[in-house]
Amino acid sequence: MASVKLPESKIQELKEVCQKYDNKGSELINVLHGAQELFGYLPAEVQEIIADELNVSVAHVYGVVTFYSFFSMLPKGRNPISICMGTACYVRGAEKVLDEFKRILNVKVGETTGDGKFSLSCLRCVGACGLAPVVTIGERVYGRVSADDVKKILSEYA
Amino acid sequence: MGKYKSHILVCAGTGCRASDCEGIVSNLESALEENNLNEDVQVVRTGCFGFCEKGPVVKMVPDNTFYVEVTPDDAGELVLEHLVKGRKVERLLYIDPDTKERISDSKHMGFYKKQYRIALRNCGFIDPENIDEYIARDGYAAMGKILESMTPEEATAIIKESGLRGRGGGGFPTGLKWEFTRKAQADKKYVVCNADEGDPGAFMDRSILEGDPHSVLEAMAICGFCIGADTGLIYIRAEYPLAINRLKTAINQAREYGLIGKDILGTGFNFDVEIRLGAGAFVCGEETALIHSMEGLRGEPTVKPPFPAEKGYNGKPTNVNNVETFANVPPIILKGSKWFSEIGTEKSKGTKVFALAGKVNNVGLIEVPMGISLREVIFDIGGGIKGGKKFKAVQTGGPSGGCLTEKHLDIPIDYENLLQCGSMMGSGGMIVMDEDDCMVSMAKFYLDFTVEESCGKCAPCRIGNKRLYEMLDKISLGKSTEEDLGMLRNLANVIKDTSLCGLGQTSPNPVLSTMDNFQEEYLAHVVDGKCPAGQCKALMHYIIDSHLCVGCTLCNRVCPVDAISGEKKTPHVIDSSICIKCGACLEKCKFGAISVQ
Ligand SMILES: Cc1cc2nc3c(=O)[nH]c(=O)nc-3n(C[C@H](O)[C@H](O)[C@H](O)COP(=O)(O)O)c2cc1C
Ligand code: SF4
Repeated sequence: MASVKLPESKIQELKEVCQKYDNKGSELINVLHGAQELFGYLPAEVQEIIADELNVSVAHVYGVVTFYSFFSMLPKGRNPISICMGTACYVRGAEKVLDEFKRILNVKVGETTGDGKFSLSCLRCVGACGLAPVVTIGERVYGRVSADDVKKILSEYA
Repeated sequence: MGKYKSHILVCAGTGCRASDCEGIVSNLESALEENNLNEDVQVVRTGCFGFCEKGPVVKMVPDNTFYVEVTPDDAGELVLEHLVKGRKVERLLYIDPDTKERISDSKHMGFYKKQYRIALRNCGFIDPENIDEYIARDGYAAMGKILESMTPEEATAIIKESGLRGRGGGGFPTGLKWEFTRKAQADKKYVVCNADEGDPGAFMDRSILEGDPHSVLEAMAICGFCIGADTGLIYIRAEYPLAINRLKTAINQAREYGLIGKDILGTGFNFDVEIRLGAGAFVCGEETALIHSMEGLRGEPTVKPPFPAEKGYNGKPTNVNNVETFANVPPIILKGSKWFSEIGTEKSKGTKVFALAGKVNNVGLIEVPMGISLREVIFDIGGGIKGGKKFKAVQTGGPSGGCLTEKHLDIPIDYENLLQCGSMMGSGGMIVMDEDDCMVSMAKFYLDFTVEESCGKCAPCRIGNKRLYEMLDKISLGKSTEEDLGMLRNLANVIKDTSLCGLGQTSPNPVLSTMDNFQEEYLAHVVDGKCPAGQCKALMHYIIDSHLCVGCTLCNRVCPVDAISGEKKTPHVIDSSICIKCGACLEKCKFGAISVQ
């Protein structure tokens, strides 16, 4: 097992998450949700601790983490950008908006900028289809975004 | 709604929240205070009104004035004019696009006229975080009626006779499913509510849960009584934080009131509800995959039979129903199966909620009686195509459905008719497309989705869809032959016939239906190397008309890759080997000199 780099207090919190679900293997997905809330992502080390606590194999935990797109093994940027690629947004031009983000930030989908400021991802329908195309940055939702707006939106995070 | 004389209802669905409805609420509250009205008027955050296009929506009760596109800055004026002076704020009223008249009551708006609300009966009328408001509108009365005066058999019979069918996609008769699960012998059974709603572009279930969570809880308890289960589980996507919170609040309130939990209403019936979070996998909407996911496993489907009704969660008989299916149950119990079965068509009873989106004027959430035509939905309720463009196609059923065209506009919408046209009801996503949308790109968009969401368990879906996507990509690059089209169809049919679960079995539908309904468009790509809608970049060429170009250099300056050259005041040219076809120059040219060919 990799050497432990997480602070002891965080590990304790993680174990408490597991205990909240009675350390039951069948609660793995709920535990992972809790862990991701705690760390922002699910590095190998976190998965190993969870496997230990719930008494399941690390391979099983890894299998579940990689199956679900909500779980991430990479840290996100300080301002996670998500472009909605649901059908409604796609039909109203989300692809052009995405291209513009990619061009300006010079990252691909799933990547984080070198300075750790922004990460770019796509998601499927936030359900604000009336505002399509929709972009979310952190908790903020931007509606009716056009490629021309991208620069201005990013400048808000300067 | 208690002691207040009047109420201001503010839509607090996800769409309107994104447009700062919270700002509206707090500004309204401070304006009420300033005018000493806070004792008489209450601001209520409701679920989705449906008219998302014109959101945020604010409705005054009791006079039912319906204000649209309200901003936080309008709050002061609304209070001062409408409430203090008793005058309507004309500029915030909806303008009828045909008559140009301002309409203040939603009843008279094209968007609402043809709607019939059963599942959405409370959305936009009550505060979803207040159980008393649900109870005031006959909430939990259906459960009370059943627990006090009926046997499980009698209650199941009502649902069976009503003709209610599953709203999650398959359309299986709900009463029959309940009966199967009731008859299964076991020491423990489960009721599961499927709130995974993975179809991109659909938000029916989310709006019900956000706007009327108790109706689903009540129906689950009714189902539990009918099938003999004491535990309900709601499987909901983690991407719906607002719905999750409102559900949690609702569950706590219902427990406090003794409407779920132990010995409900003193009848000895026990039923409690828990929430399980999904984690972003479309296939988990499939019921066997959903059950595995709830067990903490990878959400991979398994072969049916055994059906969940025999062997489901933890190996016990499990009844899985969709959110909207459940929302229909309490009114059916209260008003009777006859009332419900008189709405709709011969085989499809009741109403269906659709999330109308894409290139229509009125994007939003609608509920219509089965049997209404697509034309009425798109043109009367949806207000026609945006920007006066021409209607081209409507996609129903999401990634499992198909694209329907002009010639299908007048068929009555029901399960059988949609299937017959090569699409399906699906969960209720309805995406309208206009002349600028390329059908090959559309099919590719859905295939891209399927490839990403395939769980990979069986080869036809895992490998076949990937190949299908590559073939479509080749067509959109103009590198295909007519022979390829034959192979495309062949492969699509093989995937349909041999995949393990519903995802693979329906994933070729967007391809097949666009091939059937838009054959000329496929041929244009393949034979002529052209994309008629002008969407496939590889088949487009931007050119500058030297007669129209005045040499203003604007295009030169906006081109991100310096593909445009030319001296000031002389016609410019685009080097197509450098051009990335982003269209920036076309948008900027003031002289109409740039065109796509
Ligand atoms: C790939 C796939 C995705 C599905 N997604 C959903 C969904 O998001 N919501 C839903 O209610 N049913 C979904 N279903 C249908 C369910 O398997 C199941 O039939 C349904 O929940 C049963 O409830 P109903 O009879 O009330 O419709 C999906 C099916 C498949 C094959
Ligand atoms: S059809 Fe696709 S999603 Fe369904 S089991 Fe096979 S690989 Fe998985």
